[in-house]
Amino acid sequence: MTQISTTSLTPQLYLQRQTRWRPIEIVFWAATLLPFWLFPTYLSLASQIAITGLFALSLDLILGYAGIVSLGHAAFFGIGAYTAGLFSKFVWGEPFSGLVAAAAVAGIVGYASSFIISRFRHLTLIMITLGLGLLLKEAANSAHWLTGGSDGLQGVSIDPVLGLFKFDLYGRTAYGYSLAVLFVVFLCARRIINSPFGLALRGIRENVVRMPAIGADSRAHIRKVYTIAAIIAGIAGGLLTQTTQTVALEVLSFERSADVVVMLVLGGAGRLYGGLIGATVYMIARDQFSGIAPQYWYFWIGALLVIVVTLLPNGILGGLSRLIRRWRRS
Amino acid sequence: MLPPVFGVLFDGIAYGMLLFVLSVGMSVTLGLMNFVNLAHCAFAMLGAYVTVVLMKDFHWNFFVTLPMAFAVSALVSVAVERVLYRRLYRASDLDQVLLTIGLAFMSVAIAAWFFGTTQQPISVPSYLRGSISLLGLDLGVYRMFLIAVGIAVTVLLVLTLEHTRFGAQVRAAVDNQRMARGLGIDVDRTFAVTFALGSGLAGLGGALAIEIVGLDPQFALIYLVYVLIIVSVGGLGSIAGSFAAACLIGVSDIAGKYYVPQLGSFLIYLVMVAVLMWRPAGLFGRR
Amino acid sequence: MSAVALSARGVSKSFGSLNVARDINIDLPVGARYALIGPNGAGKTTLINLMTGLLVPNAGAITLAGEDVTALKPQARVKRGLARTFQINTLFAGLNPLEAVTLAVCERRGIADRFWQNIAGNKDAIEEAYEILSKLKLGDACYQTTRELPYGRQRLLEIALALATRPKVLLLDEPAAGVPHEESGEIFEVVAGLSDDLTLLFIEHDMHVVFRFATHIIVLVGGAIFTQGSPAEIAADPGVREVYLGTRKHG
Repeated sequence: MTQISTTSLTPQLYLQRQTRWRPIEIVFWAATLLPFWLFPTYLSLASQIAITGLFALSLDLILGYAGIVSLGHAAFFGIGAYTAGLFSKFVWGEPFSGLVAAAAVAGIVGYASSFIISRFRHLTLIMITLGLGLLLKEAANSAHWLTGGSDGLQGVSIDPVLGLFKFDLYGRTAYGYSLAVLFVVFLCARRIINSPFGLALRGIRENVVRMPAIGADSRAHIRKVYTIAAIIAGIAGGLLTQTTQTVALEVLSFERSADVVVMLVLGGAGRLYGGLIGATVYMIARDQFSGIAPQYWYFWIGALLVIVVTLLPNGILGGLSRLIRRWRRS
Repeated sequence: MLPPVFGVLFDGIAYGMLLFVLSVGMSVTLGLMNFVNLAHCAFAMLGAYVTVVLMKDFHWNFFVTLPMAFAVSALVSVAVERVLYRRLYRASDLDQVLLTIGLAFMSVAIAAWFFGTTQQPISVPSYLRGSISLLGLDLGVYRMFLIAVGIAVTVLLVLTLEHTRFGAQVRAAVDNQRMARGLGIDVDRTFAVTFALGSGLAGLGGALAIEIVGLDPQFALIYLVYVLIIVSVGGLGSIAGSFAAACLIGVSDIAGKYYVPQLGSFLIYLVMVAVLMWRPAGLFGRR
Repeated sequence: MSAVALSARGVSKSFGSLNVARDINIDLPVGARYALIGPNGAGKTTLINLMTGLLVPNAGAITLAGEDVTALKPQARVKRGLARTFQINTLFAGLNPLEAVTLAVCERRGIADRFWQNIAGNKDAIEEAYEILSKLKLGDACYQTTRELPYGRQRLLEIALALATRPKVLLLDEPAAGVPHEESGEIFEVVAGLSDDLTLLFIEHDMHVVFRFATHIIVLVGGAIFTQGSPAEIAADPGVREVYLGTRKHG
């Protein structure tokens, strides 16, 4: 929290100032438009980054704000991806309604599993999320008739966005569409974080023991945020299906769950932009180093994790804000 | 004549014993320090590669390599504990998970760098190969050996914990760490020794596993999932719990792959989720 | 005899063979200022945990304003007007006092699950939080992160969080624990200044403070009530001197 001359503010104005748009945020969102002109050949990658950033944002709500460590968050991403794919196959190819379907199904599954999740903490919680994620992947793998199993879902075709913009080979439409959805969902997430509910989530993260003593039902809060996070992850999964026109079993994989945790922690958990920054850095690095064999890529991921935990506890954004504070003081 | 279900049971229990040796160390360190060590199977993999190198390059006997697998894993784990883990005992779950999974990722890459990504077969002594026919069942000799090792390790652990001074200190520390510190027990040292023993056992387990499941750099991650399942199903810090959970998961896994192969590992995940829903602290857990 | 705000009837609790509460009967009249004293390990905090629902008794019942709340969860008891503070600071370290108390106020008003509303839009809740903080002399520190507050201020914030739930009964577990002697008076002045309608039970070791602020003293030894009475009776009780006062230096 910034320490600007706050003593003269009324409490309400102080809280209002905390939630105000900062110039750097506007710069950030303006910069997301640059790839259209600066990197027109990388728009597919940019679209992937936007989708992954949205996925990381959804994890941030439960991990960064409510302190729930999940190693199975890809479950909701995958549900969204398959729902959007099946929707285009069996209903129609209009993209926005497909996203709504993806969000709805992921939300329903998220709400149902939230009753399980909210009962646990610590290692048991990690294992339950991991176990449910693995179960879902095995189930999708064996339901070959529906999902295509390990061959992937065939026959996905998506209509042009708004009937005007066809999904092209260069990813122009894909990036524009993903970015627009990301921005809208981000606005919602930003409002959630700045709401009384967002404050309650931070309360859970800071001290879950104290919550009942102020009359709070932490489990109800956790169920709600878990459902919201599942909906957002489902939208991200749906976007991936619609922009790539395929669904691979990989959308449900443990690696996807683990990668998104890494991205979020790298960017800075518990900060709205942590997931977006982390996803950007991670995806660009992976694209640049794609020549390296995967096992060596994971060496650097491992080394990165060790460094982040031991030297950079709040990720890139945490490190930056510490630098800025030090610079201001001197 | 016994029906084939007993053969499946036998294989499952042998596999369970292997998983028990792999996982019991992690269970105790988790119960003792609440430290989530996802690099546990990296130590197991280290033990396995020690055995491979000693047998292939130095032509040691399989049995002689086993104590070395134990010792090298134990020593390396102590070094890692001193340098990295020590500062994270009071850190959040997430930090522990991230640091140790980072180490596990690095171990996979390092193993691939030195040994390549191919399988590393070893040839165990001829008298451990083959099988014995008993009441119409073919019982693998190596699997009988595994069961014997599993039982021996269990007995040794129980005797150590119940009848030695060190064991009493470990039990006190698992029970109530603050009280144990108050009684003058050096919990940090107790933990370091337990951690080394646990990692050593993992190294031994890794060496024993080569013959059954093979060895490649992914070992550190694939068996991590099994170990985590056993630890959480059995209950943290409980040897009896780990033993029971290892048998349960071993039998479930073999039975699942034998009777419903198309489901893959579905069955063990299902068993885990079911047990944890019923008893969140695990079968023998108290917290 | 005035109405009973909170009572424990035959409450017992054991962990294995260790009895931490044995057949405890307590009645707190409305507006009471009761002190709970006893040597270390007597089960004072355990009793508060039993009353607030952090622990479930093996036998007996807790009633709040005549209603049996034994089966209710801690947060449900808070909603019915039973609040507590903690002996060891149990605060929201990364929030500032304004945010923490506003959260507690929002929880009480039932608006803490509104995820669509900007927090700054809840003028009433924020102003109520600020009022509580000002009353506890935390107004000027309310934008400072909790973990950076001086320890004595953190003890006051413990009380502020409890007050934000608008309790009818407040259980204070050593409100001045760890605070230097000269400052602990300040904390008890705050406690003494609380509304007369509020029923208070506090644990405290400093006998000067106990005799000054309590109207009634309960002595707990080995998980059971040893004796209870007015400060004068307790001060004159030779048994109490032996088990408790005799072991402490006067000064």
